[in-house]
Amino acid sequence: MAVPILKQSQYLIATIQSALTDEDLLLLQTALVEKVGKFRSRGVIVDVTALDVLDSFASRTLRDIAHIIRLRGAETVIVGVQPEVAFAMVQLGITLEKVSTALDLEEGLSYLDKKLQHVRAEP
Amino acid sequence: MELDLNNSMPGSVQLKSFMEKEPVRSPASTTALLRELVEHLRQHRTELREEWARRITEAKVLTAMSDAEIFAEATSVYDNYVAALETGTFEALQTYSRNLSERIIPRGVETHEVIGIVLLLRDVLARSLFAKYQSDFQLLNQILDAYEPAANRIANTVAVGFVQERERIIREQQEAIRELSTPVLQVRERLLILPIIGVIDPQRARQLTEQLLRGIRANRARVVVIDITGVAAMDSHVANHLVQTVEASRLLGATVIVTGLSPEIAQTLVKIGVDLGKMNTVGDLQGGIEEAERLLGYKVVPFDAPTQIPGIRDDA
Repeated sequence: MAVPILKQSQYLIATIQSALTDEDLLLLQTALVEKVGKFRSRGVIVDVTALDVLDSFASRTLRDIAHIIRLRGAETVIVGVQPEVAFAMVQLGITLEKVSTALDLEEGLSYLDKKLQHVRAEP
Repeated sequence: MELDLNNSMPGSVQLKSFMEKEPVRSPASTTALLRELVEHLRQHRTELREEWARRITEAKVLTAMSDAEIFAEATSVYDNYVAALETGTFEALQTYSRNLSERIIPRGVETHEVIGIVLLLRDVLARSLFAKYQSDFQLLNQILDAYEPAANRIANTVAVGFVQERERIIREQQEAIRELSTPVLQVRERLLILPIIGVIDPQRARQLTEQLLRGIRANRARVVVIDITGVAAMDSHVANHLVQTVEASRLLGATVIVTGLSPEIAQTLVKIGVDLGKMNTVGDLQGGIEEAERLLGYKVVPFDAPTQIPGIRDDA
């Protein structure tokens, strides 16, 4: 099932609606990386609220997405990780290091606003 | 020495039934012997009981109880003991030993002491039997055949009763500790504190983490202060769990500040090589809350004039 990617001013929002196959995840990665360039986006939000499992492949892909998008000049935030999912991930040793996370979409947006404002303020 | 095998049979039959935990089926001869035994114990109740109490004091067990108490309990145990020997039923003794355990466990009486005194009584009574039947070895053997299985079963009953009572108390206390839930408190918008007090075992650690993660979601927390001033000791297992909790909280978008690491815990953690590099630590709870307020963009400024605190008189 394809993940819809919405453009919201200078951000892209990808909301994962149901469990994804590995292939879907890679498609999401390609699509996001492409659209960041196409829309000249400054930030990307990946919403995983609907997921009750995040396996190692999904986590690694999310991490890769974040790192690739940083190379493309934008910031990524993963939002909506469920408490149970978070604890299970940590127990498996998956910590999404160097990837920003936020509680939900609203928090993610305000995080990006603050972060990008900060970047612009720098001379 | 010649032993009458037929005569020693009843004893072994009884021993067998004792092992199988069936009701004691005593052939007539054993019943008669037991009756004689009980008669003997009744007759010499006073001196045997005193001898027993003397041996208890000598062995320096039951130090938590006074001599008068020991004597009073010894009397009840003795009477129950004889009654159990006489009737061959152990329900009354079981109830009594449970009662006794309930009374003496809170005073710090140990398992070995209880088993020790029951074994002492068994020995005191056996010696009195040796003394009484020393002239007739065959009869002594028969009497002991009747006495030993019953005496062992009594010792067993009392010991099991005591241990069960102890386990019940331990279970109750564990339950109580578990129910002392750790509160997740909101002190400001987006700021939670989690004060942890007492021993953390793996089960409690898990429960704490679950509560915290739920709390972060429910209160939309951005910063969490975990205060471990009340935690006396920490091993690598708990420390790793703490690190995991911090990382899981981060996945939910919350920053965790750990406060109140005692010098001992800090040294232990460094010594056992737990990687706390990812953890944000501040000395005490106050510092932690101040740091959290800074992260959230709060600034605490004093009023120009100090507020009058009710109940404090300003004489100046």
